[in-house]
Amino acid sequence: MDILVCIKQVPASNKVEVDPVTGVLLRNGADSKMNPYDLYALETALQIREHTGGIISVISMGPPQAKAVIREAFAMGADKGALLSDRRFGGADVLATSYTLAQGIQKMGNFDLILCGKQTTDGDTAQVGSEVSEWLNIPSVSNVRKITKVEKDGITIEMDLPNELEIAKVAYPCLLSADKDIFQPRLPSYVKKMKTKDREIKVYSLDDMGDKDESHYGLNGSPTQVKRIFPPESNDHREVWNDDGTVIADKLFHMISELKFI
Amino acid sequence: MNYKKFDKNDLEVIQKIINDPERILYGENINEEYSHDELSGTNSYPDIVVKALSAQEISDIMKYAYENNIPVTPRGAGTGLVGSSVAMEHGIMIDSSLMNHILELDEENLTITVEPGVLLMELSSYVEDHDFFYPPDPGEKSATIGGNISTNAGGMRAVKYGVTRDYVRGLEVVLPNGKIVEFGGKVVKNSSGYSLKDLMIGSEGTLGFITKAVLKLLPLPKKAISLLIPFPSLNQAIDTVPLIIKSKAIPTAIEFMQREVIIDAEQYLGKQFPDSQSDAYLLLKFDGNSIEEIEAAYDNVAKLCLEQGALDVLISDTEEREESIWKARGAFLEAIKGSTTYMDEVDMVVPRNKVNEMVDYLHNLHKEVNIRIKSFGHAGDGNLHSYILQDDLSKEEFEKRMELAMEKIYKKANELGGQVSGEHGIGFAKKPYLKESLDAETIELMNGIKKAFDPKNILNPHKVFQA
Repeated sequence: MDILVCIKQVPASNKVEVDPVTGVLLRNGADSKMNPYDLYALETALQIREHTGGIISVISMGPPQAKAVIREAFAMGADKGALLSDRRFGGADVLATSYTLAQGIQKMGNFDLILCGKQTTDGDTAQVGSEVSEWLNIPSVSNVRKITKVEKDGITIEMDLPNELEIAKVAYPCLLSADKDIFQPRLPSYVKKMKTKDREIKVYSLDDMGDKDESHYGLNGSPTQVKRIFPPESNDHREVWNDDGTVIADKLFHMISELKFI
Repeated sequence: MNYKKFDKNDLEVIQKIINDPERILYGENINEEYSHDELSGTNSYPDIVVKALSAQEISDIMKYAYENNIPVTPRGAGTGLVGSSVAMEHGIMIDSSLMNHILELDEENLTITVEPGVLLMELSSYVEDHDFFYPPDPGEKSATIGGNISTNAGGMRAVKYGVTRDYVRGLEVVLPNGKIVEFGGKVVKNSSGYSLKDLMIGSEGTLGFITKAVLKLLPLPKKAISLLIPFPSLNQAIDTVPLIIKSKAIPTAIEFMQREVIIDAEQYLGKQFPDSQSDAYLLLKFDGNSIEEIEAAYDNVAKLCLEQGALDVLISDTEEREESIWKARGAFLEAIKGSTTYMDEVDMVVPRNKVNEMVDYLHNLHKEVNIRIKSFGHAGDGNLHSYILQDDLSKEEFEKRMELAMEKIYKKANELGGQVSGEHGIGFAKKPYLKESLDAETIELMNGIKKAFDPKNILNPHKVFQA
């Protein structure tokens, strides 16, 4: 099976703070890492490959230093990698980002399965995966919390919807966004890191894309205008129940089943 | 020993000193947890528990107890494992957990001054928020610093940074007669007479009550990377440790762990460990100020481990990865406890190059004595934690086999040049083994020291070396 995983480089610290006056994301220092949610997608790909065999490719979009996350994916077991890097891609919103990724994916080849993380820890929109699938005109499933079966003609998954779990079989080619904790991501291997340290990473610019119209990329291709970013109100909602033990137990049972803890 | 039985008159005096009924537990109001600690199986209720707020209160109580010959037991969070904080002669228990204030961060002297009830997790998060580092790192983060100093538990960073003793600059202590004294201070060097501060450290609450501690801090290393190294066998893993130490690399920690304990932790935490390819692992941690610096430091070690037959060297370089490994490591004690009905522990320490021999011995012992033994520990400093599990055995049968196992383990540790306890202390439960391992002169010196501090023997009697 040919699997592609979309990965992104994000700031290393999870404590992303917003300047309350300007609304700009405060990024402390230059340290970066692979988006933690993408690790779940990559691990899912590695787990599937253990059963089906095949090739895992990774794609990322970002400045040249984003090659580091592709190297990291190699150290975890990915086979091939490409980086979409061009100043003209800069300032992209979710629409332009997903379009650029879709163009890059078409340049890279044909894939049976594309895996994305649920969201990133810096942008947090959780939209890019589904939008990529729209551009590629393939089905997509978000919030995938479990892979139940991998067959020749499709993959059966469990998706976590607000009030229920839905089990679906999706035909290839398709795109899945993996939920947190679908699998425990493995650690990068020093041995693999050494073996792959000279492996080629293809870098594609706008000139390599099928669509070369600059107005579809970067800031030009981004209809979204960010007016204000602000930290969300903190949720400290609490409920206190006073009642007979059996009544409370019953209520608690219903609540935790609604929340799907059981 | 003839102590005065604590009675209603004594209660009235204590009530006057404390003047807050909320902070006094008496008779039936004493919670069950005050009758034991976390593991030792030592059980005895105090007559009264006082939750002190200041050194002055403790001093007033001690003075009264001293004059009236009433035994006193100091207590922190009660997370000890050997019964040090159990009131063997009943009497007064002084609980320091409300004395939990951080008093001063002195950035010019690189010290922090704390009350004894500050928890280890509070201490480390406070100093790290201020870009400082307090290296001692015992697994039990909800222990108090006062209790920690009293056992000198060193924890997981001892290989590079040493143990708690190395970070205590000064102590304020209430003596058994009620006098408040200071040992040591903020000074870096000190050659001014006997170091009574160092006598206090590790004395398990038998010499005085620690009411304040001045601790040494370091600048916070900016980065840390751990290596999780799967080996084909535990022997191969542990055989590699002396070579790592010989290579002059200085990891902060070198731990060994086995699959069976990892599985316990997975079940206990409900979370998967990031690797399952092997039955035996070494876990190393390196710290420094940049990723490049740390990578340069661990590169040789990684190569050395691979030469010694390691299956791989896995790199943990982000918060999430660190948590997935160290949270499991930190949960081992609780996880093993959860995997059986009851257990007791051995906390011996052997020279670092004897760890393998000791682990081998433990492995065979479980067959010989026919009892389940699980071990993990600090391969880098020779401190092993072995747990002897009751499982389905009857109490009598368990005690019989456990005592046999312990005797053999301590004997072996002694043969290898080791000591009875690396960090959990002697308390009540390990006294016979300490007596076995030290010569009579040494015990007599300890006796003399105890008499000099506590001539009436009212503070925490029957502990460490006392009958």
